[in-house]
Amino acid sequence: MTEIGLGHYLTLGAVIFSIGIIGIFLNRKNIIVILMSIELILLAVNINLVSFSIYLGDLSGQVFTLFILTVAAAEAAIGLAIIVVYYRNSGTIRVEEIDKLKG
Amino acid sequence: MIAHAIFFYVFSIIAVISAIMVTVSKNTVHSVFFLILDFISISCLFIMVGAEFLGMIMLIVYVGAVAVLFLFVVMMLNVAQQKNQWFISEENSGHIPVGLLISAIIFFELIIVIGGWKYKPDLFETTNLITNEISNTHSLGQVLYTDYIHIFQISGMILLIAMIGAIVLTFRQREGVKKQSYLKQISRERSEGVEVLEVASNKGVKIDD
Repeated sequence: MTEIGLGHYLTLGAVIFSIGIIGIFLNRKNIIVILMSIELILLAVNINLVSFSIYLGDLSGQVFTLFILTVAAAEAAIGLAIIVVYYRNSGTIRVEEIDKLKG
Repeated sequence: MIAHAIFFYVFSIIAVISAIMVTVSKNTVHSVFFLILDFISISCLFIMVGAEFLGMIMLIVYVGAVAVLFLFVVMMLNVAQQKNQWFISEENSGHIPVGLLISAIIFFELIIVIGGWKYKPDLFETTNLITNEISNTHSLGQVLYTDYIHIFQISGMILLIAMIGAIVLTFRQREGVKKQSYLKQISRERSEGVEVLEVASNKGVKIDD
């Protein structure tokens, strides 16, 4: 219980990952919360990479975490820009009302 | 070791609770606040475990840029008032239990993988070993600018393209706004601006415009 190992960090990553996926499935409000859930999933991946990097003594995991951070920032910027444009055109970003593609 | 365990449990419990609150909070602004709390807890965990540079970068990038961007968009789009309903149509949203089921299955699969995970000691040969002689930031910089320089450049290009894409997406030409046109001003010739007239005395001229 008091010995914190790799498994604890991986479990934390798994919990946050699952919460992110639940957030994507469960969300019926607006699409911004879905973007936030994607950020949570990327955060869980970062936790996994950093804990493996520390416990294996290899620095590559932290470097890849840095690149994931970059891609996450770019993804948030593009996604929010698309949301702003969609809201300007159609006046809503509620998930249930976004059905222009008739999927 | 006891302190490590106590801090790990405190930060991870705060992180998990705030992650749950991000997804179930009815107000979007509160979701962004809990997202910020989540990022701060995880960056505290990173700093505690020895990845100081990533913890600080996570604070700067996520809390300082991404979360503030989210907050900005939420405030600008005025979606905080759509907080009255959690499920819009409760009767025909049949995919919510399926989603919960799939999420639970994913979680248990991950837990099973973690429980059965064993590290084979001679599985890999690495050159980027962590040493205690130099700091985390120093050693990250040593591998980042040598071994991973091409990926580093590509990530810079990704950021540039994302910036250009965001600007192009949200740019719009407004009607009826008077602006300076530098090209028009610079390319103005003397012949179209000034005209020399022969003025007869006591008569004046009539300029047509």
